Amino acid sequence: MSTLSERILGASAGEYVERKVDRAYVHDGTGVLTLEMWKQMGAELLSDLPQLYVLFDHIVPANNSTTATLQHELREFACGSFLHFSDIGGGICHQLMSEGVVLPGEVVVGADSHSCTLGAFGAFATGVGATDMAAIWLTGETWFRVPDSIGIHLSGSLRGGAEAKDLALSYVSRLTMDGGTYCALEFIGDGVKTLPMDDRLTLCNLSVETGAKTGMFYADDVTVRYLAAAGQKVRPQVPEPCTYSRELEFDLAEIVPLVAVSPRVDKVKPVQDLAGLSLDQVFIGTCTNGRYSDIARFAKIVKGKKVAVRTIVVPASRAVLAEAIRTGVLGDLVGAGCTIGSPGCGPCLGAHMGVLGEGEVCLSTANRNFKNRMGVGGEIYLSSVATAAASALAGEITEPEVD
Amino acid sequence: MWGAGHAVCLGPDIDTDMVIAGRYLRTKDHSVWVSHVFEDLDPALAGQLNGAVIVAGKNFGCGSSREQAAIALREAGVAAVIAPSFARIFFRNAINVGLPVIECTISCIEGEKVRFDLAAGWVEAAGNHYPIRPLSPRMREILTTGGLVNYWRGHR
Ligand code: SF4
Repeated sequence: MSTLSERILGASAGEYVERKVDRAYVHDGTGVLTLEMWKQMGAELLSDLPQLYVLFDHIVPANNSTTATLQHELREFACGSFLHFSDIGGGICHQLMSEGVVLPGEVVVGADSHSCTLGAFGAFATGVGATDMAAIWLTGETWFRVPDSIGIHLSGSLRGGAEAKDLALSYVSRLTMDGGTYCALEFIGDGVKTLPMDDRLTLCNLSVETGAKTGMFYADDVTVRYLAAAGQKVRPQVPEPCTYSRELEFDLAEIVPLVAVSPRVDKVKPVQDLAGLSLDQVFIGTCTNGRYSDIARFAKIVKGKKVAVRTIVVPASRAVLAEAIRTGVLGDLVGAGCTIGSPGCGPCLGAHMGVLGEGEVCLSTANRNFKNRMGVGGEIYLSSVATAAASALAGEITEPEVD
Repeated sequence: MWGAGHAVCLGPDIDTDMVIAGRYLRTKDHSVWVSHVFEDLDPALAGQLNGAVIVAGKNFGCGSSREQAAIALREAGVAAVIAPSFARIFFRNAINVGLPVIECTISCIEGEKVRFDLAAGWVEAAGNHYPIRPLSPRMREILTTGGLVNYWRGHR
């Protein structure tokens, strides 16, 4: 009679537990501070935790010599200490951890708030800051308060132009930016089996935008098949009846294309209501919607046409890019006038490769539209891939066509 | 753990991008974060933080996990942050860098003296006395040793 978090952490909601961490990862942004804090702790040796990862994704390739110097130090350390290391162009940390690395039932900690993405595999995955991570480097353990869980019941299946991203924006707007604070979201119900892993990753990715500690799916046949294709053999997790602190219900068939209006991710409106809003940039990518299925869906819509606004496509990982090359999707994108970035976070965090100017408006497939995030004075609207594609072709916010 | 300071009142849902923008993160120089703290919210705020108690609305510190946000506030001389609720990563980060964070709903009068005592479990502002839930013993120990770095140094 426990929630998935309680089962994995081995204690009841509200209790504090010390837990050995199965996998811990940092990126170039948080890794620099982690390394500094770890050194300040007087540490010389890493814990015997074998699964430590340093995955460069935030500002890659380096945008200036200050960044390059910081990255150089971290790279030398990671390679010298035999940590799992992925250099520039490898891809976004969460994406790499989702490509057959994280397994059901594991405790996974990332020094990035979107580490909650990996709950899609039935793991307990959450974000921590650099000093917490430094302590994990030192001891291999950390403490958690076992979260209450919010049950998100899904029924039916998505249809029309709606995507998992639209469902994600729906639940974020229902819960609001702090409605999930300290809780875990559990996605359950009949509708779950209609959602492929990519959709589940998108749904868990946005859980932190409600303040939640993580978002989770029970591993099922879809998970087992996805991981089998990546060479991992796992078993499904069977849900038990349990108590949720709160429950929400969504009929997937009723989800419509949505946009989150600058500067709040919970200020969500139907695309219809914003139709005609003029755009300066469209951005496809990020740990939310930069997977192969996203890029292919975008390409399918713009193929043979021309985008009417500058459009940046950044594959979430090298595997995604390689697949897009293999299938010809990349050629379709280039042919349609899109600009392709090297795998990583791209302009999502406003550091490089597509920073917005004062007063510019960007429609992005990312998860955050905070004021100034992609550039001082720039505005970010968030949408699904299909909405982004229709809008890129029109140069203004446009409803996707129903296929 | 006790302290006091003048109140600086802020609204709800202040995200960590707002505390310190992503464009200032690529450095180890803490003074950069101090001089740009809250720049995108109100550039005048940076000058008011020394000896301040920030009294914010709900969900303070949401968004990015960047610990620089907590470090910037500590280094700017903030004595504590009080809010009805915090985003959990910011909350952990603040304790880990030795910045007291207090979950409490109080009415904020700009510039008024705010006092707090974490061990005794209260906050006082504008003549009002507010009881607060004590931190877990582990968190209190981290905070009183000045943060997680010192905590682990002491335990090795
Ligand atoms: S893609 Fe954006 S949200 Fe995702 S990890 Fe990178 S910067 Fe963060």
